Amino acid sequence: MEIIHSARPLYAMAVSAVAVVLIGFSYERPNLREFWTILAAVVKFAIVMSMVPAVLDGKTIEYSLVTILPGLEIGFKVDPMGILFAATASFLWILTSFYSIGYMRTLKEHAQTRYFMCFAATMTATIGAAFAANMFTLFLFYEAITLCTFPLVGHKETPEARAGARKYIVYLLGTSLAFQLFAIFLTYNAAGTLEFSSQGILAGTASKTMLTVIFVLFIAGIAKAGIMPFHNWLPAAMVAPTPVSALLHAVAVVKTGVFSILRVLFFVFGTDLLVDLDIGTAAAYFVSFTIIMASFVALTKDNLKARLAYSTVSQLSYIVLGALLLTPSSAVGGIVHIANHAFSKITLFFCAGHIYAAAHKTNISQLGGIARRMPWTMAAFFIASLSMIGVPPVAGFVSKWYLAVGSVEALNYPVLVVLLASTMLNAAYFLPITYKAFFEREKEDEYHHGEEVREIPIMAIPLVLTAVGSVIIGLYPDYFIALAREVIR
Amino acid sequence: MISAENLPILVIIIPLISAIITPLVGRIHRSIGWLVALLATSLSFAYSLALIRSVMENGPISYWLGGWEPPWGIEYVVTPFNGFVLCVVSFITIVITLYARKSIEQDVSESKIPFFYSLYLLFFTGLMGIVITGDIFNLYVFIEISALSGYALVAMGRERDALIASYNYLILGTIGASFIVLGIGYLYMVTGTLNMADLSARLPELYDSTTVRSAFAFFMVGLSLKLALFPFHIWLPNVYTHSPSTVSALMAATSTKVSAYVLLRLMFTVYRPEFVLTVVPVTKILLILAALAIIIGSVIALAQTNIKRMLAYSSVGQIGYIILGASIANQTSMTGSLMHIFNHALMKGSLFMVVGAMVYRTGIVNIEDMRGMGKKMPFAMAAFTIGALSMIGFPFTVGFVSKWYLAVGALKADMWYFIPIILLSSLLTAVYFWRIVEAIYFREKSEKLAGLPSEPAEAPFGMTATTLFLSLLCIVFGIAAFIPTKVAAAAAKLLLGG
Repeated sequence: MEIIHSARPLYAMAVSAVAVVLIGFSYERPNLREFWTILAAVVKFAIVMSMVPAVLDGKTIEYSLVTILPGLEIGFKVDPMGILFAATASFLWILTSFYSIGYMRTLKEHAQTRYFMCFAATMTATIGAAFAANMFTLFLFYEAITLCTFPLVGHKETPEARAGARKYIVYLLGTSLAFQLFAIFLTYNAAGTLEFSSQGILAGTASKTMLTVIFVLFIAGIAKAGIMPFHNWLPAAMVAPTPVSALLHAVAVVKTGVFSILRVLFFVFGTDLLVDLDIGTAAAYFVSFTIIMASFVALTKDNLKARLAYSTVSQLSYIVLGALLLTPSSAVGGIVHIANHAFSKITLFFCAGHIYAAAHKTNISQLGGIARRMPWTMAAFFIASLSMIGVPPVAGFVSKWYLAVGSVEALNYPVLVVLLASTMLNAAYFLPITYKAFFEREKEDEYHHGEEVREIPIMAIPLVLTAVGSVIIGLYPDYFIALAREVIR
Repeated sequence: MISAENLPILVIIIPLISAIITPLVGRIHRSIGWLVALLATSLSFAYSLALIRSVMENGPISYWLGGWEPPWGIEYVVTPFNGFVLCVVSFITIVITLYARKSIEQDVSESKIPFFYSLYLLFFTGLMGIVITGDIFNLYVFIEISALSGYALVAMGRERDALIASYNYLILGTIGASFIVLGIGYLYMVTGTLNMADLSARLPELYDSTTVRSAFAFFMVGLSLKLALFPFHIWLPNVYTHSPSTVSALMAATSTKVSAYVLLRLMFTVYRPEFVLTVVPVTKILLILAALAIIIGSVIALAQTNIKRMLAYSSVGQIGYIILGASIANQTSMTGSLMHIFNHALMKGSLFMVVGAMVYRTGIVNIEDMRGMGKKMPFAMAAFTIGALSMIGFPFTVGFVSKWYLAVGALKADMWYFIPIILLSSLLTAVYFWRIVEAIYFREKSEKLAGLPSEPAEAPFGMTATTLFLSLLCIVFGIAAFIPTKVAAAAAKLLLGG
């Protein structure tokens, strides 16, 4: 495999760090401030995309920034999995930036400078995590994301927002310090390195028991992936403004979680070692529980964002499940689901935020007949729901297909049943929303939408684009699948 | 140009003489006292740097006081180990001196300011002397110099409680010192020498002697008191709480660190590693005490309402880290322990300086009243946040570096059970610091703060700049950790007899 030494991953990361400073200095001129956000987002995406051709050619781009201590290096490596995540996240950041501007200005939110600064800082850390070449770098950015998003989650500064933000930091910082760092210590002690390698670094370095302990500590320590029982921060974080929930809690934060788990599974342990340890199946059942349970909880939620949050918990475990089944097809399914779920879930969150900004509705029971006022939004919502359920030709179908094929390849029929059951549950909690919006009559009560409820173009356009994006990657999945195949090759 | 062979004495003699002339020149103009202090500490630091450079290149330096050959005369020795500590102590002291000027004008009445700087320099002389000397009785003398001036410095605090704190400190400190001098007496009794290198050569054949073992026990207890190692820590919270802000910062950053240095020096270079590890396995006891200190210090810190007290109990826990690394006693953990001397000086120094700045501007010391402080003093609170992250052990800060070494060292020694302790204490630290970070940024201003003018108001430039400088160093050395680590690793090797 050819290696290119280039600082491009660093630039991709740093461009939004520069933007943080510029945004901070332009606090008196909102238009200039927002210009920096958009500019950084576009430049970031361009830099990330410029690395795609080389990666598709089977090359990797490496860059070593600084060695803090022997064995602790800040290094970047652009490989197929990283570029898939980075491209998705940086593309969606562009759309989210426009959407954010619309949302924040419509609702006249306070502390907008802090908001945009933290947003850009989070994207810096996310790209850093995507391109991390070793476990230490990944851990560094994993923690940085937690810190940068804390002010975003607590943005409203109400007691409720503070409680949510506190839960957020307790879960994420707590588990990562207590378990993930422990696992990193043990890994370093056993393997003598933290560098990711496609064969894994732990094979043959410690007893089976020790390796199992490390495995469990890693899974427990990466709470961003939302695997039960460490999922509660996600619904709590829904107190954040909706654009935050959209990008961070459908893309950047949670995807960094599952991405970290995939990194650990494929590049720290390695597929062969996991097969050898024989813990894949047990772990697969464990995450299956999350898939089903979160869907049931989602059914009970009337608050739209809460329902979406539990849906996220459930969908994230698809990705982990795909990796744990340890077959090529399921791994492809899991990896492409990073992108597929991102596009669809961000659409759903955008819709929820748009409904809140335009009509001030937060609960599903208040949405009767709203499609007549906001047709584009609810159409996009419908398309994204189909993706969640896994109906062709929307993106979610592709990942679900590969996952299902993978479960058959692994001769793991219980998991197939879980996937099908979850599909039905997804349908059960998403389709009623669309039904309500399109076919119920508008009520003449206090939740009457009224004439003044109209779609806001700067918010409606991004969500239509992401919905169209979901369909496009559902129709032409080859690009992502090619990248995913590179990962497991 | 001063030749390298005279540097060891200059490090000591310059602050000592300055301490004597400060009250005199202070009569001309009160700010001269401060200038003298700054000059003396800066020279001391410059010489320490020159020393460590020379030692890392050419090997240890021995200086014979008055030309008397050791073991008869007093010898000053500089090795990578104490050269490292010399640099840390003098560096932190310069930064704190820069900080002290405005803070002291408010904390200490004007007529006493020259005396304050005189004591301040004596305290500093004592610390540097403790570190550089190779003679065990001279060590005791310097311990007393720094301790006596320390008691007086603490007593200069604004409230009457400072007197009580100082008095308690005096009693316990004196008990500690008595134990140390008893230990020295016992050693002299059986060996007839006071030179540390000489002692180290003569002691191994006497390891079975009860006198030598009793001496060791006296040293341990006496130093544990000086060091505030749990459960000998009771004097420390009051001292840190009631002293003038500058003194809290100075003591937190330097004096317990120097006591830790003495403990290591005695354990590993006067007695030998095999004595503390196998003959009298005192490291086993120290491991337990360290673990208790780490956990209990953090738990008590959690319950504090006064920010200075909270930082003080946090120090009790952090001293545990230093002792933990030293007692595990392998190359990695010892490096971690020495790094933590440096790292904790940076973090705790900057945190106490933040609190001093806050007290200077608002008079607030209660955590409850710190709500909304982020809007009032943005720079100071940014420094506080960095210090807090470093205490938690966030990657890219110095706190992570120490924890990394300690944890990897514990694993190498097959003592994995210390990792949950380190991590648990990180979690507790996260809890008691994060609740403050949250309060200063995300809560409405407290009543006390709302009563003050609403526009941002930092402490004077000198205080804010030095505070930010130290906290930025927490990040710089968290990234460029390989620079101090190189020295610390060499020192650790030396201590473990490599």
